[in-house]
Amino acid sequence: MSEAVSHDARELPQADPGVTEPEITDAVIKEHGFTPEEYDRVKRALNRTPTMTELGIYSVMWSEHCSYKSSRVWLKQLPTTGEQVICGPGENAGIVDIGNGLAAVFKMESHNHPSFIEPYQGAATGVGGIMRDVFTMGARPIANLNALRFGAPDNDKTRHLVEGVVAGIGGYGNCFGVPTVGGEVEFDPAYNGNILVNAMCVGLAEADNIFYAAASGIGNPVVYVGSKTGRDGIHGATMASAEFDDDSQEKRPTVQVGDPFTEKLLLEACLELMAEDAIVAIQDMGAAGLTSSSVEMAGKGNVGIELNLDEVPCREEAMTAYEMLLSESQERMLMVLKPGKEDVARRIFEKWQLDIAVIGTITDTGRMVVRHKGVMVADLPLDSLNDDAPLYERPYEFTKPPKPFDTSKAKAPDNCAETLLQMVGSPALSSRRWIYEQYDHTIMGDTLQRPGGDAGVVRVHGTNTALAVTVDVTPRYCYADPKEGGKQAVVETWRNLVATGAKPLAITDCMNFGNPERPEIMGQFAGCILGMKEACEALDYPVVSGNVSLYNETNGKGILPTPGIGGVGLIEDARIYARMDGMKDGDALILVGAEEGYLGQSLYLRDVLGMDIAKDGGAPPPIDLETERRNGEFVRGLIATGRLSAVHDISDGGLYVAMAELCMASKVGAEFSLPDGVPAHAALFGEDQSRYVIALPANLVQQALRAAERAGVEARRLGTVGGDQLITENCDPISVASLSEAHEGWFPAYMDATH
Amino acid sequence: MKAAVIIFPGSNCDRDTLVALERISGKAPEKVWHTETDLPEADLVVLPGGFTYGDYLRAGAMAARSPVMAAVKKRAEEGAYVLGICNGFQMLTETGLLPGALMRNAGLKFICKDVHLSVERNDTPFTRKYATGKPIRIPVAHHDGNYFADDDTLKRLEGDGRVAFRYVSKDGEASDDANPNGSRGNIAGIYSDDLRVLGMMPHPERLMEPALGGSDGRPMFEGLMETLS
Repeated sequence: MSEAVSHDARELPQADPGVTEPEITDAVIKEHGFTPEEYDRVKRALNRTPTMTELGIYSVMWSEHCSYKSSRVWLKQLPTTGEQVICGPGENAGIVDIGNGLAAVFKMESHNHPSFIEPYQGAATGVGGIMRDVFTMGARPIANLNALRFGAPDNDKTRHLVEGVVAGIGGYGNCFGVPTVGGEVEFDPAYNGNILVNAMCVGLAEADNIFYAAASGIGNPVVYVGSKTGRDGIHGATMASAEFDDDSQEKRPTVQVGDPFTEKLLLEACLELMAEDAIVAIQDMGAAGLTSSSVEMAGKGNVGIELNLDEVPCREEAMTAYEMLLSESQERMLMVLKPGKEDVARRIFEKWQLDIAVIGTITDTGRMVVRHKGVMVADLPLDSLNDDAPLYERPYEFTKPPKPFDTSKAKAPDNCAETLLQMVGSPALSSRRWIYEQYDHTIMGDTLQRPGGDAGVVRVHGTNTALAVTVDVTPRYCYADPKEGGKQAVVETWRNLVATGAKPLAITDCMNFGNPERPEIMGQFAGCILGMKEACEALDYPVVSGNVSLYNETNGKGILPTPGIGGVGLIEDARIYARMDGMKDGDALILVGAEEGYLGQSLYLRDVLGMDIAKDGGAPPPIDLETERRNGEFVRGLIATGRLSAVHDISDGGLYVAMAELCMASKVGAEFSLPDGVPAHAALFGEDQSRYVIALPANLVQQALRAAERAGVEARRLGTVGGDQLITENCDPISVASLSEAHEGWFPAYMDATH
Repeated sequence: MKAAVIIFPGSNCDRDTLVALERISGKAPEKVWHTETDLPEADLVVLPGGFTYGDYLRAGAMAARSPVMAAVKKRAEEGAYVLGICNGFQMLTETGLLPGALMRNAGLKFICKDVHLSVERNDTPFTRKYATGKPIRIPVAHHDGNYFADDDTLKRLEGDGRVAFRYVSKDGEASDDANPNGSRGNIAGIYSDDLRVLGMMPHPERLMEPALGGSDGRPMFEGLMETLS
């Protein structure tokens, strides 16, 4: 599709653009992703027929990706404030105060569709995009994470996608030079035709030198910096807002190509200019490129903007206005400078060998006016792009909450030790070393907790504080009961942060769902939001940024509802935090939290008994938010004494798996007992929430248990650390070495197998 | 000790290296931009790690042709100490200050993990604070660290005692299993013939304190500090 604007025919868009414009047919409208009603809305906003260029602009701005038209009514229910919050949702990233005059700037974003089509570049540009969102605000990226979901291991495409996505994430982040310190990976047939690649970036900024998008200052120059514009990625935002079908591979040209080297230069140049008091507003050119960046800057500032596309640095010849405005070429930024600051900007960007061009000015018209080769190709009221965007209260149908699972329906394993070996070596629970060793996680010299712990921990450079960061969600819980699953996703990140000793501050969310036009999908979305809201409120753990990815379907089959949550917490004293690998011979073990032995939706049902948990797995484990908070605050208090040897939360796989993980990390054995009144296999593999295992010197046990009692926290002496085997009642002892062998074995063996 | 750290477009371990040097010497090293043709007064010139020019050509090839590298070469000929870490090692082979080449890792993947190294000799300023026969542990993080040199060169390097570090097991054995990238002779770092230029793939600047999981990188900078001040 190319535009054929005649450069001599007209000065202004006319009510009837006449014969020189391609005719806007029903097919063209449909190709741009508009319903007939939405197209009428465009015409009403303009009071005339749009030009092709204008149609393109409306199409990207009103895409699901940019406008949140299906999700907004629900998203606004999430709590977004708190005394730690400096900037909530609506900017490039969320910002929280972390003391010492510093702020953590963070966000998570999806790059699902491009990564399925072209895994290396799709994942790489996902990382590039999220880092730009963070450094646009004046923050230097200090930690990356990612949450990946692939189809079943035996699906034909899975290996190829894992290989490409991991290489792409590494290729971009490693070259740019930021440590990738955490993440999660999951395999499920529900993602066979639609993988999820969610990337999170955390940056560090001075709290009083943060940069926002709102443009101001009539007459101020609009400046383009970074890479040149090419034809790549045109209509990426529209692609991200549609379902897949068998022809999706044909969309490969809409996937952008990443250049991490240029992004590194762009980072350094931007931070250098940000130290110069020259920038009024800055916005990265992400989805929908030049269009969305200029619309957002002018729109947020309630001003107008005029662009002259003749000045845009182009990588290809004869690019049309339509192409320049919709290109998603990477590593570009748009800035509004203070008057007279063009020279200092030019000096800095030329030093870093990047393009810089003044391509427009801020006006007081409230309109976006675009000229190309002397012809005005677009003239639109900005408020129509932002405020008149369609907003849908889509019909929704809540998932009927399933009944609690009846534990007597789950048979005990023949041999629990064998079962444990099978579980720690399964696709769901095996070591992710094969992945994280492809990511540089030691660069920047501040990584305290490398990948493999409950959360990544990075020191805040030059201070005595540290940040704990994690990503989590349990989609099988969300499918069974979206509200409980949404709640659990938030809580699990909170618990992971607490397990390091951090005070959880805030979250970013990455909402991956199917087609919102189907009421049951909208019901999943709404349910998850309601659960997240409850958890955020109960834990004073607000949402400060986020991203919505809908239409994650292929041929009408949706993914599991996957509200990915990224959590950030503060460790006040970087010398005192907890790890999994510190258990020592002779340490005592304490279990914090109640043991119900609830097996509903557990990995034990799904992976060991092979049950269809979507049908027969019952409700996910319930969470009492008050208990969660009480248990977590108790554990955090203990960690703060600086006397614990190790801490680990209990999640997927239950207590037995958590104990195995502690032993493998600490390279030492342990013996533990099971509670009375609960079947052994339920106590071992149940996924009861709000629980932690703590290892501490034996002489401190009584004191800790008394403290728990005083705090109203359920806790018991679980066992003792020592030897080289994991031992529990009525199960064969199992050597830590054989656990590690199974745990480390699955991933490399799977990836090395013949394709 | 006066140190200078050269910064190229795409260097990304420059800050870590500056921090490490300052921590040991108590003095901020000079930062030198790649377009400079003169170097400040310095006893030690460091080429830090990173992805100069994106490694889009051969790793280090573009940076090796920067204006500043002629000055580095000259300074090396005059007897200054030069340390190239990771991408810096790649630049040193690309300029010819060190022989051989660094090819794509044998496993074809980027690899980031702690490795054990044998210290082959401890009579140079770089290694005087280490003990031979006791492996040290520091991280690698590279995609192109597979050291290659032809048989003659390798023989010369070995014969002249110019192998600085070798990848070894925890127990000090230079086995295939301990070799992360396929380097010939398990070579992780080599010296120039006057032992004043050292190129190495592992990153000593990244493990300088127990809080980060180890401090085996520290003695290298302490040794240099002792010799050069």
